[in-house]
Amino acid sequence: MIVTFLLNGEIVEVDTPPTQTLLDYLREARDLKGTKEGCNEGDCGACSIMVTDATGARSLNACILFLPQLHGKAVRTVEGLAAPDGSLHPVQQAMIDHHGSQCGFCTPGFVMSMATAHLNGRTDHNDALAGNLCRCTGYAPIIRAAKSAEDAPIPDHVRDTPLDLPKETQIPAPETSDALAQWCLAHPKGTLIAGATDVGLWVTKHFADRDGKLDDVAFLNRCTDLQQIDDEGDALRIGAGVTMTDVLAAVRDLHPSYAEMIRRYGSLQVRNAATIGGNIANGSPIGDNPPALIALGATLHLRHGDTRRDLPIEDFFIDYGKQDRKPGEFVEAVTIPKSAPALRCYKLSKRFDQDISAVCGAFNITAQDGQITDARIAFGGMAGTPKRAATTEAALIGKPWSLETITNAAAQLREDFQPMSDMRASADYRMEAAIGQLHRYFDDLNGNQTDVLEVRA
Amino acid sequence: MSVSKPLPHDAARLHVTGTARYVDDVPLPSGTLHLAFGTSTIARGTITSMTLDRVRNAAGVIHVLTADNLPFENDVSPSIHDEPMLSDGSVHYIGQPLFLVVADSHLNARNAARLGDITYSEDTPILSIKDALAANSRFEDGPRIYTKGDVDTALATAPNRLTGSFDMGGQEHFYLEGQAALALPQEGGDMVVQSSTQHPTEIQHKVADALGVPMHSVRVEIRRMGGGFGGKESQGNALAVSCAIAASLTGKPCKMRYDRDDDMMITGKRHDFRIDYDVGFDATGRIHGIDFTQFTRCGWAQDLSLPVADRAMLHADNAYLLPAARITSHRLKTNMQSATAYRGFGGPQGMIGIERVMDHIAHTLNLDPADVRRTNYYAAADDTPAGQAGAGTGKRFGGAHSPNAKPKDNTTPYAMEVTDFILHEMTDTLLNGADYHARKAAVADWNASHATLKKGLAFNPVKFGISFTLTHLNQAGALVHVYQDGSIHLNHGGTEMGQGLFQKVAQVAATRFGVDISAVKITATDTGKVPNTSATAASSGTDLNGMAVQNACDTIRDRIAVCIAKLHDVSPETVTFHDGQVLVADKTLSFADAAKLSYENRVSLSATGFYRTPDVAWDRIAGKGRPFFYFAYGAALTEVVIDTNTGENRILRTDILHDAGASLNPALDIGQIEGGYVQGAGWLTTEELVWDDDGRLRTHAPSTYKIPACSDRPEVFNVTLWDGENRAETVYRSKAVGEPPFMLGISAHLALADACAACGPTYPDLQAPATSEEVLQAVKRARG
Repeated sequence: MIVTFLLNGEIVEVDTPPTQTLLDYLREARDLKGTKEGCNEGDCGACSIMVTDATGARSLNACILFLPQLHGKAVRTVEGLAAPDGSLHPVQQAMIDHHGSQCGFCTPGFVMSMATAHLNGRTDHNDALAGNLCRCTGYAPIIRAAKSAEDAPIPDHVRDTPLDLPKETQIPAPETSDALAQWCLAHPKGTLIAGATDVGLWVTKHFADRDGKLDDVAFLNRCTDLQQIDDEGDALRIGAGVTMTDVLAAVRDLHPSYAEMIRRYGSLQVRNAATIGGNIANGSPIGDNPPALIALGATLHLRHGDTRRDLPIEDFFIDYGKQDRKPGEFVEAVTIPKSAPALRCYKLSKRFDQDISAVCGAFNITAQDGQITDARIAFGGMAGTPKRAATTEAALIGKPWSLETITNAAAQLREDFQPMSDMRASADYRMEAAIGQLHRYFDDLNGNQTDVLEVRA
Repeated sequence: MSVSKPLPHDAARLHVTGTARYVDDVPLPSGTLHLAFGTSTIARGTITSMTLDRVRNAAGVIHVLTADNLPFENDVSPSIHDEPMLSDGSVHYIGQPLFLVVADSHLNARNAARLGDITYSEDTPILSIKDALAANSRFEDGPRIYTKGDVDTALATAPNRLTGSFDMGGQEHFYLEGQAALALPQEGGDMVVQSSTQHPTEIQHKVADALGVPMHSVRVEIRRMGGGFGGKESQGNALAVSCAIAASLTGKPCKMRYDRDDDMMITGKRHDFRIDYDVGFDATGRIHGIDFTQFTRCGWAQDLSLPVADRAMLHADNAYLLPAARITSHRLKTNMQSATAYRGFGGPQGMIGIERVMDHIAHTLNLDPADVRRTNYYAAADDTPAGQAGAGTGKRFGGAHSPNAKPKDNTTPYAMEVTDFILHEMTDTLLNGADYHARKAAVADWNASHATLKKGLAFNPVKFGISFTLTHLNQAGALVHVYQDGSIHLNHGGTEMGQGLFQKVAQVAATRFGVDISAVKITATDTGKVPNTSATAASSGTDLNGMAVQNACDTIRDRIAVCIAKLHDVSPETVTFHDGQVLVADKTLSFADAAKLSYENRVSLSATGFYRTPDVAWDRIAGKGRPFFYFAYGAALTEVVIDTNTGENRILRTDILHDAGASLNPALDIGQIEGGYVQGAGWLTTEELVWDDDGRLRTHAPSTYKIPACSDRPEVFNVTLWDGENRAETVYRSKAVGEPPFMLGISAHLALADACAACGPTYPDLQAPATSEEVLQAVKRARG
């Protein structure tokens, strides 16, 4: 299929199979060797590039980005970061001045993330660079560089304008939810690709394309009506195609604890690609959105042809690898309440940033006059699916809001869950940590300092 | 003078523009073939059948090689020829290369490599320390033992005694650039190899053996690596040899690079250790005697495990005078990746053993751990006869905390006199500057007012021995040309992996010739220019190659001086070189003119240089001698916070004072210190290698193996260089800086243990890595 996009300001037309990655294209077909392959799975950021579309510029990992996702967009790589006359971008100069590179292999990815943040006026450098690993510097000089470049003017040449292409394309990329519904009916065994942060690894690590498992794909990035967030008064309806970056922005003020959890979800590059629908639909037991959505009492909207149905999101997750989704049916949106002042989300992982949770607990307990009237508690990483802690909730409701109640209820978590041991955590620790999170929740709502991330020396 | 200037890394501009070229970026001749290994799926056993039809029939496959197809040596071991590149029929770990795919593209090679149909006769793998001891599965005949004094009596008569055991995990290097090699076949069977390696000569040697040719038929070149950390000292052999064999077979250039998961599954990592200790001490915490038993899992092949384990023994004392000590080291053979060199090379493991003992003693006696450490320090340099005799131009030795009476004994457990000890003053300077005592009180107050969050604060000193313990490796060569336009071509045997070696050595060259650094061209390491090189390892790169380059430059400079002096009828000693000028008899000519004049007077402007470290001699079997030319020192103070509900934890602040001697480049040295600290802290906190019961590594990608990310660095991070010169006569009196700062990260682990200890009366016995899970267990232990 023909894909057309801007590459460092020049139009390129590529005849490509659907799952060729941008990284392979840049390095092999274009001989642009500045963009590096560090891990080939979106975890190290050495392949970070800047992509500009109608919504603006964002950093993405080229190693798990398929060319059809770029149709009509503008890609800027490290080769296009310095001005045409060779003068360096301010972040490049700052990296030299502050000794921000040692071996240099991660550096092109860093400067692309930094330049994108600079273009967008971001100064939350820890977050903007959480998806870029450096093994040499200990990051200190890189952050000094990023800070020093904050106020430098943005070079004009990095402001890309996406292409205005004819609607007709060979890419299987439905433009509307209706068209997608028809595609899914016609391709009940097809694979939907939104951000490709998961499917990308099927290709780069498992050669699913070689095994004929990706012969039938549709790309969702052009399906703009799936990418809307609708304010419905007391609720938000979030389209399945909304990226996690946009979910974070939408819930930042409404649900700060959920937002804080999303801030640590993947990395900026991953959140810029990954969609909330993808995170729900793949049904992973360690996806971070489902516990929060369950605790919020979210409603999932499924669509099959012209038939739509709604269900409480916890009912969608039936068993490990099994969801309540018929062939040809797809996740269209999820609706969450706008108010849940007692919601807290605790993401527990070996590393704070860009790590898959060992346990992700979401708590939403309502008390009136010291009595617990409602409780919604859900965990990821504790079972084969994201799962509600029904027994624990029952042990809370109707009881006084007290340490004794919490302690008694926490013991019920052992009834609700039989977690497993793996490389992220042992079963015992998962259980202890889940109990610990419920206690943390109690302390947190009582106004005590509970977050190590908020402590300063 | 170019030396001592904080110049940027020589390739910084290339790095930030993406134009720095790594092996995988080298433009390829058309027809280049690509390689991938098919690997084993069991940890121990023998292959009963290997059917590779599906591999051969896969898209783009040109050849599939097994051990039977290798014409000469099937070995990629750096030590004792126990590491077949392709399995000889026996299988020793999950991930072991069994067959080699040669295909027309990297993806086609990788795709085909997963299609082998292999059956095995499985044996029970030896995985744990316990398994290995039970099976007596080890390298060398028995444990290696170093002793000093009468340990048993010292233990029996000491007023206090305690025992303990400390487990520490290994560490994946996670160099951002994976292993890679490219072989370009030449006429007459010669081979040129580009390899991402810290040890080009070893690559040359292994390739020559594999091709059945003398070393002169193989030339190995490496401009830079994307990180090494020890992981490219021996682990690149398999790729380079594979490429050379396939190139020899096909006549085509061949390239191989590991996908990240393959890299982590195939290659060795830092050795994990368990260290048992039995220590006797008095009421002040002064150690009377100590008995360490070190167990390390070396994996399936010997690789560099013996010197790694030796170095762990050699750092069992760290900064402390041990009147009586026994150090027993078990080097265990297990069915896992063959553990290999990693920054510190066993030193960090040995060192954290004694740091842990200091911590345990302080907890037992309820003393400030910093005081217990100082009580046990070696005597200061100026308080020892040898130190006074050998006093050079170094400053700030001795001081208020030096013992009043000169101790008779200031020797290590391996009988080396410590004559350059500067940690008394460094410790004072660090702790005072970082407000240790006030902050310790503030942490206690904070902990009293916080129920579930606890802070911890801890200090550790570092004394790290500099030199290869295999004495003959302490040599280096250089090749310098001055062209008739005054530009300088610089080459030496060291390799650049990000540490800034090339720039520091170029600064030396520029200084010797009195020219600007821009006059010096840094060139790729090349076995055709400088032969018989040692690995760039053991922190020795600058010490060795800097001196060799200095030697070569001085040879040429002196020839120029003689030539110019003769023309002006003055003595050569009166000719001086600085600021790009040559001064002779009140006349000034540019360095370029001096070079041109020398050329026209038929003076050779090319020279080799050579250096061998003096004064080192070591008997590794007896455990006696002087393995190190000198020690590098450092001190770190780290503050952390933990959540006692979940064990989550983070570093809040770190203060470091580090001894780089008279720094050749303070900016690059501080870069090594900051980066070393964070890497060391990562080893002891988030970086956890997990093997399952079958021996399969489950953490083989950055998704599951977590090196520090940006926000994991200390938010407050103060790094200062100690102001002092090396007492030993090193290049411009600088000190090696690659490995020592790594061990400053130990303070992060000690601080976490301190925070855990705030949770209850019992010693928390925090193990490593201190993941959230381990911290929570330690909190529970502290509570009793």
